[in-house]
This record gives sequence, structure tokens and C-alpha cells, in this order.
Amino acid sequence: MNLTTRYLGLTLEHPFVAGASPMVDDLGLVRRLEDAGAAAIVMHSLYEEQLTRESLSAVDAFDQYAESFAEAASFLPAPAAFALGPDEYLEQIVKIKATVAVPVIASLNGTTAGGWLHYARLMEEAGADALELNLYSIPTDLAVSGEAIERRALDVVDSVVRRVSIPVAVKLSPWYSSLGHFATRLDHVGARGLVLFNRFYQADIDPEQLEVRSRLELSQSAELLPRLTWLAILSGRVSASLAVTGGVHTSLDAIKAVMAGADVVQMVSALLRNGPDWLTLVREGFRHWLLEHEYESIDQLRGSMNLLRCPDPAGFERAQYLQMLNRSGGRN
Amino acid sequence: MTTPRIATVDGNEAVALVAHRTNEVIAIYPITPSSTMGELADGWSAEGRTNLWGSVPLVAEMQSEGGAAGAIHGALQGGALATTFTASQGLLLMIPNLYKIAGELTPLALHVAARTVATHALSIFGDHSDVMAVRQTGVALLASGSVQEAHDFALVAQAATLRSRVPVLHFFDGFRTSHEMQKIALLGDDDLAALLDEDLIAEHRRRALDPEHPVLRGSAQNPDVYFQAREASNPFHLAVPDLVASAMTALGERTGRHYRPFDYVGDPRAERVVVVMGSAQETVETVVRRLAAAGERVGLLKVRLYRPFDVARFVAALPPTARAIAVLDRTKEPGAVGEPLFLDAVAALDEAWPSPTRPVVIGGRYGLSSKEFTPAMAKAVFDELGAERPRRRFTVGIVDDVTHLSLQWDPEWFVEPADEVRAVFWGLGSDGTVGATKNSIKIIGEETPLFAQGYFVYDSKKAGAVTVSHLRFGPRPISAPYLIQSATFVAIHQFDFLTRFDCLEAAAPGATVLINAPFPPDQVWAALPREVQETIIARRLELVSIDALAVAREAGLGGRINTIMQTCFFALSGVLPREEALARIKDAIAKSYGKRGQVVVERNNAAVDRTLAGMHRIPVPGTATATRRRPPIVSAEAPDFVQRVTGVILAGKGDSLPVSAFPPDGTWPTATARWEKRNLAAEIPVWDPAICIQCNWCSLVCPHGAIRTKVYPPEALAGAPSTFQSTGWKGPDFAGAAYTVQVAPEDCTGCSLCTTVCPAKDRGNPRHKAIDLTPQRPIREREREHYRYFLDLPEADRTALTRVNAKTSQLLLPLFEYSGACAGCGETPYLKLLTQLFGDRAIIANATGCSSIYGGNLPTTPYTVDRHGRGPAWANSLFEDNAEFGFGIRLALDAQRAEAERLLLELGARVPADLVAALMHLTPSTDHGRDERLIATQRAAVLALKAGLAGASDFAARRLVEIADALIHRSVWLVGGDGWAYDIGYGGLDHVLAQDRDVNILVLDTEVYSNTGGQQSKATPLGAAAKFATAGKGIAKKDLGLEAISYQHVYVARVAFGADMNQTVKAFVEAESYPGPSLIIAYSPCIAHGYDLSHNVEQQQLAAKSGVWPLYRYDPRRLATHEPPFQLDAKEPSVPVSTYQRNEARFRMAEKLDPARHKVLMARAEREVKDRWATYRYLAGMLLPERPAGEEAP
Repeated sequence: MNLTTRYLGLTLEHPFVAGASPMVDDLGLVRRLEDAGAAAIVMHSLYEEQLTRESLSAVDAFDQYAESFAEAASFLPAPAAFALGPDEYLEQIVKIKATVAVPVIASLNGTTAGGWLHYARLMEEAGADALELNLYSIPTDLAVSGEAIERRALDVVDSVVRRVSIPVAVKLSPWYSSLGHFATRLDHVGARGLVLFNRFYQADIDPEQLEVRSRLELSQSAELLPRLTWLAILSGRVSASLAVTGGVHTSLDAIKAVMAGADVVQMVSALLRNGPDWLTLVREGFRHWLLEHEYESIDQLRGSMNLLRCPDPAGFERAQYLQMLNRSGGRN
Repeated sequence: MTTPRIATVDGNEAVALVAHRTNEVIAIYPITPSSTMGELADGWSAEGRTNLWGSVPLVAEMQSEGGAAGAIHGALQGGALATTFTASQGLLLMIPNLYKIAGELTPLALHVAARTVATHALSIFGDHSDVMAVRQTGVALLASGSVQEAHDFALVAQAATLRSRVPVLHFFDGFRTSHEMQKIALLGDDDLAALLDEDLIAEHRRRALDPEHPVLRGSAQNPDVYFQAREASNPFHLAVPDLVASAMTALGERTGRHYRPFDYVGDPRAERVVVVMGSAQETVETVVRRLAAAGERVGLLKVRLYRPFDVARFVAALPPTARAIAVLDRTKEPGAVGEPLFLDAVAALDEAWPSPTRPVVIGGRYGLSSKEFTPAMAKAVFDELGAERPRRRFTVGIVDDVTHLSLQWDPEWFVEPADEVRAVFWGLGSDGTVGATKNSIKIIGEETPLFAQGYFVYDSKKAGAVTVSHLRFGPRPISAPYLIQSATFVAIHQFDFLTRFDCLEAAAPGATVLINAPFPPDQVWAALPREVQETIIARRLELVSIDALAVAREAGLGGRINTIMQTCFFALSGVLPREEALARIKDAIAKSYGKRGQVVVERNNAAVDRTLAGMHRIPVPGTATATRRRPPIVSAEAPDFVQRVTGVILAGKGDSLPVSAFPPDGTWPTATARWEKRNLAAEIPVWDPAICIQCNWCSLVCPHGAIRTKVYPPEALAGAPSTFQSTGWKGPDFAGAAYTVQVAPEDCTGCSLCTTVCPAKDRGNPRHKAIDLTPQRPIREREREHYRYFLDLPEADRTALTRVNAKTSQLLLPLFEYSGACAGCGETPYLKLLTQLFGDRAIIANATGCSSIYGGNLPTTPYTVDRHGRGPAWANSLFEDNAEFGFGIRLALDAQRAEAERLLLELGARVPADLVAALMHLTPSTDHGRDERLIATQRAAVLALKAGLAGASDFAARRLVEIADALIHRSVWLVGGDGWAYDIGYGGLDHVLAQDRDVNILVLDTEVYSNTGGQQSKATPLGAAAKFATAGKGIAKKDLGLEAISYQHVYVARVAFGADMNQTVKAFVEAESYPGPSLIIAYSPCIAHGYDLSHNVEQQQLAAKSGVWPLYRYDPRRLATHEPPFQLDAKEPSVPVSTYQRNEARFRMAEKLDPARHKVLMARAEREVKDRWATYRYLAGMLLPERPAGEEAP
């Protein structure tokens, strides 16, 4: 069974990719991911916000007290080699590239078009085969319109695409008022792939301490459903390749995702929970399912249930919900 | 001669640039103002920078200067080229080794940033009292007088010592030269190689200790031979002047900069000559040139090689026409016929003056502790020489109205050159002004043909420090080692300074004045105090304003206004075309901030781009319009001394105080910080009694004693300001009392620790806590009135307090308040607590360091008194001897108590029995109220005793009255940092622990030498970056507590107030009550840890939870009750060490620099935590064999 897949212009042996996770910090785990057959490895994000905060707190730590007291011009050593920035991340790209043969996709998270985007170029220089641009942020400012958010995101994508020659994918959240339209605009500025959807830290409340705490839960298969919908809607209608992330735990999850239009399937929670070898099991199950169901190749499967090709496109639309209500109402 | 590379550096760097290239081993110990040399050398070696021979010099930080000298002595005996850098007390500690190194004829070039030796007071500033104290050791003394000379003489010293085998101590004026930035020509490697003879280096190596051809050195000699053998080295010392001269000649041939052991400048037929050494040469030379141009026959003799003193050269260098010579010494030798250089000059002239009529020689002191020495003062010396009967001894630069030695000078006499730009910048330490000014000097010095000079004046505070930067640039080399007298540009970077200081004092007529004003341009003029307006009008100053804070905020820079003000300076001064200046500033930003990350560079660039539009010329009307004048610097209620002396110093006019203003023995009143209202905080805490749970944590953690809690009778509220807040006290003691939390609005630094730790949140709006930060300015007056009222409320009855814990301890009056320590300082809460619990009976011996600086640096001290006038008596002896010093105080008290008790017995029935009973030796307990009552009884009994014996004439009675105060319980505290306790003072500390006297030792452990800038100590933890451990310390922290516990009889506690406040309070009470030596090791967050200290309590909690800082108490008293003496107050480590470490830049830096090494160190740190936990857990369960009945506890 030929599972060869094209994603972001890269040719992958099959659609199963290790998604962005802390596993990439450990070269041993990276090796195990490759051994388990991951077709590509996505690194966790380098965060604009984190870099900015670290830089600004370094100014506080080093510069606020410098040159202010007769007995000491500084209170910490100032080695020339101590520079804040993405060095560790870039070094990790180099190390992973030296460790594995599969493509390595670096990831950047940020929301403003600024100098930090220069890091995209550095990631390319470090050997990344592609970039995943993670656009997630919470717009708490009520004065900012949806259009402004989209505009800013497009600017970021545009400036990254202009800086690098490797393909750029955009990882999206589902919270756009017209995701399909936004996707076409991303297409237009040169995004070569769309990754659906971001999962992120969620605020939780500590009722005893009256504090907000953020947490990240591993995903469940149930989370796949909204992704299936949007894969199906976009599949065949945007030129960017499509990846699914969030909720793929089993072979059947993957079958559904590819049917809906996913070119690749990124797995994170399932691997964190079950270990890298889980990827082999899911991939083999996937292959087995295709054989069992007499598919000729993965091409036949891909997008077979998208909005353009599924027998009942309305099923992906809101009508489905109304219908169910109507039905339910009818019984009463 | 090749074209030299030009650099703009300070004196320390100029010297280190040579020393690092010409040595193989560098052993150092940090001491101001020389620390930078060692730090630079260490930094360069850490980066792999090599010396002249291609190897990386080994740099070792030692435990004291004595240790550094010993290590250097050893390194030299081992055949290496070795050096060290030091100053002041450090040099004194090296004296024994200097005798040895010189006696053994060992080549050594040692570099000293000359600094005042502590006498009636410590001073970090410059004079020659330290180098003069080693002139008898046999080392050669070579003085440089400028940054360029310091660079050149560093090489001359090295060359001359190799040639002569006599060690050369090269010195230059601390701060004035060590910290002055100058554009200089650098010596290339080829210059160094040309002067350093490889054969001589080889000879030095051949003399080294080597078992292949062994020798013995350091023998003990006897009366039969010692004398002769000592004289055997004479030829070597006699040869030094020629060899120094030859090295100077060689340098001159290569560089065109010609020096001689004595250099004369001025009229060859001069009649009046000044002889001087060090940076003052430049000042005198300026005056000589000016006077000579006016036809006066004057000259200057610069002394460069002071020891060995070459009589023939000295006399030959003087013009034979000289009739009167003034020898200026930058040191004081009380009781001597004269100061050393003067005496040498007199003897030399007596011996070798070619004609029978010798010139009159007079000797004067100047410039002690970096006292300004200006051309006008130098002119006064020439005037004195011209007098009919010049004074034989004089001082210059001060007004001596006691012994009337001082010369008068006319400050108006000297006019600075018209073709220089002279700029003065008033800034806050934290706003980056000095850094930006240094940057500007580098831009001008290195990017333009102009010459540049910079010098920086700091006040003595750590939080809210005021800095004044003096920057000169012009077409000729700048030889002006004194502050700017007439500035063509004055920048005031903080508007409030205009109401505190006479910032325009140095402004020349027509100068440009740039003010950072938080007002729109049309409101700036009206906001200026009347005196400022009058000066601007009278001197026709050009006024320009900018709201730099607004620009900084727009650019995302918070309060950092330095690049904005720097941009204004370049735009207004016109030193570079505007566009070019902006480009240079941006280059400098990339250089300075590139390492901090792209965002910092971008934001600074954005600030530069916004600046020009934000600058406004302010029209100056013809008359002053303001009615508001600059307020008095201290309140009219302040005591007379504070008004006359402290207030003048606070106003920045201390130079004007005459000798008679000062106590002659260094004794100063306490309780003075309360008169210094600095209004540093933009926001201050405001209390909401409705939410407050009365935990009093806010007060306990406050580093500045600026938020207080009090219980008092409700009826005391009668007459309270209508807005004064109060609520009912909830606590076991003081039932029915009223309670208030009050901020000292003008003393708070705004560090926000109190609001961070406040656990009480409004349920409906948890963002609102029982204390919230609120802008200070609008509530300043109201809160000032509240605070005044609060202070007048009666204090809690100390004897009524049955249980002391974190909460109740804060009801006691702190006798340590408003210190100048850093905002968020982790040391001061311990000191404040100490004074709350025991302050009225405490004597504090304080090791030199941060705590002695914020504790005892003029103008004010935070130690204060209660309403009876009682409070801590405080003294600082030295850095290295504090344990012994404090121990001595205890011995004195014990001796006096023993004597008083003996006299009580001797007087028998003359003293009533109840008085005798009350005066019996008090063994403090952990029952605070009981101790307070007993001490109150003792005080009353002493009063009664004195009254009863008042008329007695017999010796015993009179003597008892004299020493009766010793019968009152005294709490002796030995306080210092880890540099003292773990390193330089460890030997003494260990010895005092090994005695059985009742002393309490408080180690404020910041895990680095904080005061001198964060050098590693033996308390620095594994993996932390510190100076001299840049890549992270590879050795674990010394377990000082365990070492003390090994004695068995020492009370030991390890505390961290933020991790467990009650445990901290308990430890203090137990330590004080223990009748033998007690040691408290207190975790003290510090700016050298590299994080926002408003989170220091959370970080302390992580330190405890991760096992990095386990809390425990070891109490020998428990041995007597057959209980485990070691009590572990911590829970098993529950978070990884990395969770603690990742919040601090000191660990993060090590991680960034060498991730692989960091990983190894992290793993070791985790293991170390586990090992220590296992050890402590074992100790905690350990029961020692039961003591036989009657045996005393150890």
C-alpha cells in the first residue's frame, strides 16, 4: 500500500507526523520517534512572548542596577557570549537534524510582525526543512476587530514567507469568524500548509487561592470532530496542504481525518500518553484498514469525504444540528 | 613607531589590558575601586583571551587579599609571572607578603587603585594612605597620574621589575584615575614584547622552586647573619631608578610618550615649584602653564618613581633657581613631622641641593578620600609659596577652622577652556544615565577626532541612587582630573532633583539646560522652583524639555529613559551631525542591547526615533514667576546636628562643611534616616482594613521599615485625622486594642514586596488586596499626616507580649528604618526584625559590606532609637575581623558585668537585697514578655542603684556607678554577609564559635559579594553564575551550619523569612536566648541573583521547597533534655531544583553559556539536595547518648 504523502512540498513516506511537543527537547525521544516511523518531526514553538519577556526581564536583571553604585558597575558577570535569543532552539534544530533523517519542521509562535521574525530565517539556516507558524493569541482588547486580527496575522505570515525559502505552514485556531475566507487569504500570501487546530493552555481558576492558573490537558478523540468539519470544508478549495492536529489517537481517527482532507496527521497527546511506539501501531492500523477496505492508495482516501465529494455536504453544515433538533422536537 | 589603536577606557581597564597580557597567574580578591581589574582579567580569561605568549592566564579568586598575596608569592616562587590588583585594606593585608616578595628579590608588578585606609571612618575613595603604608616593605612605588599613564606604567612596572628583580607596586588614584574614562593610545603586543626581555623572564623561571635543582628559600636566620644578609640586596634596590628610567626610555622610543622617574614642567628658571604625585599632577600642570603664560616663574615636579627615592635625580630635576617648594601629599600621617613625600623631599634637598641656600620647603595635604583638587586650589598653593613667610604645614581643599591649616582659594580664578563641551548629567542609578553617558564618551572618543573624558559621581544609596556624570570633550587631550566647574550643557534626567539639589550650580552663562519634565511644554516653566527660574534667567540659560518617561513608555521601555536623554544630548550638543549621531547611537544600542534580544534593540531604536519630536525649547520670560521655592532639605523639627551637618551633606554641599562641624573620632548620632525624605516610590501601598486579616506579613517583609503595624488603645484615636484608618485588633495579646497598618509614604521605595505577599484578597474583586499600590503623589500629603499621627500613637507594651511570632513581632517598634538598601533587599528584613526584638539592648558589630554601607554610610543611618532614646549601638571595624571585633565587645561587657557583680558583693548591705536580686545575671528565655519585664526591672534597679550610691565617695561605689549599665542584659550581634562569614572572616568566625561567649552571629547570605558587585564566595551555590564563576560555580556551597554544629555547643539556624516567617522569628528568639555562641544563616535575596525582587518571597519558598535552602534549627539545650538537638523545619524537597533556578538570571546565564556543563551541574545540584536532605533527616532523628545528671550541656 502506497502511503506516500506530499505536505508543504515535502514528500513523506506516510501521513503520520510527530506534532509539536516537548519530546523534541530530548534527542533520545527524537530518535525513538523516528524509529517509530514518524514521517516528519514538528518542534515545539519558539515563543515571541517568551523571548520578549526574557529580554525585558534581562534588562531589569542586568541593566537596572548597572552603573548606579560607586562600588560596583554591575552585579552579574557580563560575558560576551551571554546573549539572549533563540540560540538554544536553533542548536536543537541542528542537533535533531544531525540525529534523524526525516524532515524537521520548526515552529514559531507570535502575533506581531517585528524583528523577532528574523528568527524564521535563522531556523532555516539551522537546517529546518519547513516552518510552522503558530498564530494563536487571545484578543482580550475589545477594541480590536476581527479584521484587524486577520490583517495582523496575514502580515506576520507575509513577512515570514518573504524571509525564508523553506515552506511555511500556518497553525490556526478555530476561532475566526470566517475561517474559510481567512484560509484563502493565507493561501494568497503564500502559506503552503494549514494546521488545524491549535490546542493551547487554558485558564483555570483556583477557587481557594482566588488565582488564575493555566493548564494544558492532553487531547481526546472527541476533539477531532470540529477538525474534521474544517478539513472537509477546506479540502480541495485551498491550495495549501492540510494537517490535522488535536484528537488523533487511533487509526480510525486518522482514517477520518484523511478522508476529510488531511494531508498529514500530527500526533502529540497519544504519543505523550502511550510513548513514541504508539505511532507505529496507529500507522500499521491505518495501513491495515486501507487494505481491508480495498483502497488502492492513500490518494483515493484523501479528501474522499470532503465538502466537495461527500454524499451529503449539508451534513457538515449547521443544518445537521437543526435537523436533529427538529427531529427531537418532532418526537415531543 | 606604528599608529596605535585608540580606545576609550577607564584607568582600571587601561591597566588590566596590560596586566592580563603580561602575566600567567592572577590571584585576586575584590575591593573597591580595584575590583574591575580582576573582573576584566577573569572575564577575558573566561573568553579564552591569551597573554603575550599565547596562553590564557589563570585567574583565581582568593578568600582575602592576604590569600591573594600568598597565592601570588607562591606563583612567583613557582616560576610564573604573576600579579594581583588591590587597594586600601586589601593592600594592608598584603604587607607581610610584600616584605617577603621584596626580600626574596622576586619580580612582581602589582597594580593598586590607591584608596583611603579606614581610620575614623571607612572610605572607598582615593588617596595615597594605602600605598604610603607599604613604602617600607622594599617594593618600588611607581605612580601614574592619568589613564594613559596608568596604561603605560603598567608595562613600565612589569619591565622594570624583570630588570631589577625588585617588585614594583604601580598605583594610580582610586576613582579619579581608576574610574575616569579617557581616550588613550593602546600599547600593542609588539610594544609589550619589546620591553619585556625574554631572557629575564627565563632567569625568573630558573630561580623557581624545582626539585630538579632544589634550593631552600624562607630560612630562619639568627643574629649572627640576618643583618648582613638583609644588606646584601642593596645593589638591587639602588639599581631600580636607572632600570625604571631605561624602561621609560624604551617606552618613549616606541610610543613617543616620554617619561622619567621625576618629570619637571614649567619655567626652567622657576622660583616656586610644587612637587606632587598622582592625578593632581595634571591639575598643577594646568595651573603652571597658565601662570607661566602670564610670566610667573613657576614649575611642577612630577614624582613618578617614589620608592626607591632617587635623591640625585630628584634634586637634579628641580630648577636650581627654586626658592620655595611645596610638597603635596595625598595622605595624612598624624604625629609625624610631615607627610612622607614632604619628608623625603626635605631630606633629599638637605643632602644634595647644589648650593648653600636651600629653598624653603613646605608640606601640604590635599585630596584625602577623593576630595576635589581644582586648579584654583593648586593656584592657592603657588600663592602660599609666594608669601613672605609661607606656612610650613597646610591643607588645601577644605576649610580648617580648628587648627587653621587650610589655604584659602578663589574658585572664580580658574576659567575652563572655551573650546570644550562640558556636560553634566543628573540621573538616577536605575534610569541608566551613567551607562548612556559612557556610551556617548565611547562614541565621541572612538568615532570622532575629538578627545573625551568622563567621570561619574554616585551617592551612597543603593535604592534611588543619584548619579552625576561629568563629560568633557574637545579638540585637545583633556587633562582635568576634577569635576566640571562650568558646564556648557546640564541635563536633569529626573525632574524632582530640581527640588532637592542645586542642579544648575555648574551651569555656565548661556549653557543649554535639558530637563526631563513630566509636563506638556507649556507647563514646564511654571513647574520649576523659583531658584531654578532665577538661575536660568540670570545666566541666560537655554531651556529644553522632554517628557522622556512618556516617550519611553510609548516605545515600551518602561522607566528606562537613557537612550532618549542620550539622543537629546547629541541633538543639542551638535558634536556630530544629527543623522550621524542617531546612526551612532543605534550602533551603540545594537552593541549594548543586542545581547538582551532583538526586542530590546527595537524598542530602544523606536525611542531614539521618537525623541526629536518630543524635545521642546521652552521660552524663558524676563522674570521669575514661581512662588514655590525649593523646600528645606530636612524638616525644621530635625535636631541641631542634623540641621547643621547631615542636612548640608544631604543637599550635596558636604564639601562646604568646615572641620569644626565634625566629630573628631568618627562618632555619629543614630536616628538620622528619618530626616531624609526621598519620595522614591511612584506608587505606595494603601491599606484596606475591611479585607486585612492582620497577618502583618507586609510589615515583616518590608526591607525599609516603611510599612508598619501597631496596636494601641482605641482611645488614642481621639484627635486622629478624619481619614486615618483603624480597626479592632484580632490576636491573643492586647485584647481590645485598636490596630492600624500604615505606610511611611516618603520613605517607601515602591518595591511592592508587601503587596506581593499580602494574602488577603477581596472576595468580590480578588485583584483588590488588603494593601494595594496606589500612585504616591496624590496621596503624599494625606499619608504623611497619617504616618505622623501613627508614629505618635503609643507603642505596644513589650512586656505584655507572651508569644512572639511573625505576626506579633511586627507590633514591636523597628529600630532600623528607611535604609538606602536596594528596593526589595533580602537582608534588611532580618535586621529590622533583630531590632524589633532586641534593638533596645543590642550592640551590633557589623562586617564591611552591603550591611555596613546601608547601615553606616553617611549622610544618614537607618539605626534609630525608641522614645526612651534606646536603640542599637553599632560599629564597623573591618571586613575581615568582625567576629573577633564583636567577640571583644562581648568580652568587655562580660568583664564589666563581672566587675560590677564583684563590687555589688563588696558593697554588701549598702545595696538593698531586692536591687541585688533584680540585677542578677539574666538568662534570656524564649518567653519574650518575661525577658522584657526582667530587663525593665534591671533598668529600674540600675537607676535605683545609681541614685542610692550617688553621694558615695569611696572608690568601689564610684566605680560601680560608672559601670552599672553593664548589669543590664546586652544582646551582642555580629552581623555580616557571606563574603565575611564564609571567606575573609571565616577564621575569626570559626574561632569565636569555638568559644563559649554569648554572641549572636547573623550571616546575611546573598551567596555572593554583593557590595562589590557579585563576585563568587564559598556560599555561592553550585551552578550559579557569579563573577569569577561566569560559567556557573562548579563546587557546592559550603555548609557553614554543619561546620558550626560539629562543635555541638553552638546554636545554629538556617532561615529564610519568605519561606517560613514563624521559623525565622523562632530562630532569632532562640539564638538570642541561648547563652553561648549562636549562628543564624539567613537566606537573603539580592539583585545579584538576577530577578525582580518583588517576587523574592516566592523565590524563597521555592528555595525551601526544592531543598536548595533547607530550614533547620540546632539547639544544644535540647541535649540536656535528651531530645534530638537538630530540628528540621523543612518538608522533603517537593519541587525540582530547576524550578527554583530557572527564575534567576544567575543560573540562566550559566545554562545559556554552556548548556552541556549546566546539565551536568544541574544533575549534581539535584543530587546534592538529596544528599543533604538525607544527612539532615538523619541528624533530625539523632539522639545523642544521655548526659549524666549534673553534666552541663556543651
